[in-house]
Amino acid sequence: MSLDPATVRRIAKLARIRLADDEVPRLEGELNAILGYVEQLSEVNVDGVQPLSGGAQMAMRLREDAVTDGNYPDKILANAPDRIGNFFAVPKVVE
Amino acid sequence: MSYTIDGTTGPWELVIGLEVHAQVISKSKLFSGAATDFGSEPNTQVSFVDAGFPGMLPVINRECVAQAVRTGLGLNAQINLVSRFDRKNYFYADLPQGYQISQYEHPIVGMGTIDIELESGETRSIGITRLHLEQDAGKSMHDQHASKSLIDLNRSGVALMEIVSEPDMRTPEEAGAYIRKLRTILRYLGTCDGNMDEGSMRADVNVSVRKAGEAFRTRCEIKNVNSIRFVMQAIEAEARRQVEIWESGGEVTQETRLFDPARGETRSMRSKEDAHDYRYFPEPDLLPLVLDEAWVATLKTELPELPDAKRARLMQDYGISRYESAIFVMEQVTADFFETVATGRDAKQVANWMLGDFFAALNRTGRSIENSPVSAADLGALLDLIKDGTINGKIAKEVLELMVETGEAPGAIVEARGLRQVTDTGAIDAAIDQVIAANPDKLAEYKSGKDKLFGFFVGQVMKAMAGKGNPALVNEALKQKIGAPAA
Repeated sequence: MSLDPATVRRIAKLARIRLADDEVPRLEGELNAILGYVEQLSEVNVDGVQPLSGGAQMAMRLREDAVTDGNYPDKILANAPDRIGNFFAVPKVVE
Repeated sequence: MSYTIDGTTGPWELVIGLEVHAQVISKSKLFSGAATDFGSEPNTQVSFVDAGFPGMLPVINRECVAQAVRTGLGLNAQINLVSRFDRKNYFYADLPQGYQISQYEHPIVGMGTIDIELESGETRSIGITRLHLEQDAGKSMHDQHASKSLIDLNRSGVALMEIVSEPDMRTPEEAGAYIRKLRTILRYLGTCDGNMDEGSMRADVNVSVRKAGEAFRTRCEIKNVNSIRFVMQAIEAEARRQVEIWESGGEVTQETRLFDPARGETRSMRSKEDAHDYRYFPEPDLLPLVLDEAWVATLKTELPELPDAKRARLMQDYGISRYESAIFVMEQVTADFFETVATGRDAKQVANWMLGDFFAALNRTGRSIENSPVSAADLGALLDLIKDGTINGKIAKEVLELMVETGEAPGAIVEARGLRQVTDTGAIDAAIDQVIAANPDKLAEYKSGKDKLFGFFVGQVMKAMAGKGNPALVNEALKQKIGAPAA
């Protein structure tokens, strides 16, 4: 599997990362090296082995349905670049 | 296939699938302990988890899981004892994490079915593909400021069930019936309040068109339609648009569209160009969700009686029609109200009164059965007054109006306003004599064979008695006085 420059640009766009044109060839090489490294895993025979979604073979813990958090809008908004009242304010999203 | 869109090249049939997002009823959010109430002050029901602060970890809410399982059971669906969560990645200002925690390959609920009933009385079974749990996003307001959008994260992280149907629907009516039925089931189960106005139920509609017998053609998805009427309108508008494209030699491209109710048309959502590239991957912060079979079985035994079963039982136990029963079971409270009134009374008469004057009064006063000005006990008491002859049916309608207006009990109204039925034959005879004396010409016409004037005399006598005459006695006495009509 190998990425072409167009795919590198697309991935960057989806991740909201702006790339200068001269960065594309370098990233293409780095990303392909990473993919090649990971692809070694495909050499392992996994016939009959269940997929594993975590390192620990345990089930998820569930919490009780109770209100235990919230009610601190000033903390939530403390790092907001812009706010109007207790709302976050962002550049207008036009639909 | 009864419903088609007629193009210049002949009829086209519609293929419709629905993805309904139903907000789970729970006190706190899916992965945080913040509250879920609607309409609170902005950004007060937000924890650091919901705001996507670095280092915060999700912990799943047991009740949200239970609600998803109950819903699955209510949809006769397969419950997956092992399911997993995935990250669905996209950028939007009201999604602070930059991804939504959802379930992609391994949803908690698999295949199920919903039976819908159409106006024609025909029943259709619509397949459910899956139900999965996911987080809701925050709310964006675009119309409060000239150059800014305002973001409230109160809804961020609230649990949603996405319920996906098979592409089994063929008409806007079927899509409407499907959403109504799903909404009723969710409300019975108590897993979603089904309130489309407040956004606790929203639908994405997938539409394509095809010629009879063809395989599926390309579909478009219409996002976030927030009423049943708009769903039906959007389907028709979108189908017409696609027919026009195919017939003019073009090709429909798969895309996400928005329905504009004011214009009655759909338009492309350019911002969603990359919407289908969500780069799902397993959520590393959550382990697989493993359900205990015994727990699922317990939830199943605790399910309430669901609409289809209730309808069958009401028909069986009370001898009311399928139609009457279908209306009563649309809302649980309506069915409860009916059963309360009908127990120990003539159920058929109860059904007639509820579907007639009682619902009309609710509609007129803008009330629903939850805040009805007339209790089930009082409506029952009113019917008892008819049955024991205290009042006649016509006066009962007036009494019901007064009950709606004043909230008083029917017995008190009848006494206070002297509405008791008059069964004193002396009073009836006197009223008849008075009417005859006032209408000698009508009497002559009647005597000369104009039989239908009998009804006129009944009406006049009742009027003279302020509607309180016993109708049977009035009829009888009139026949004595002026002779029975020939027919």
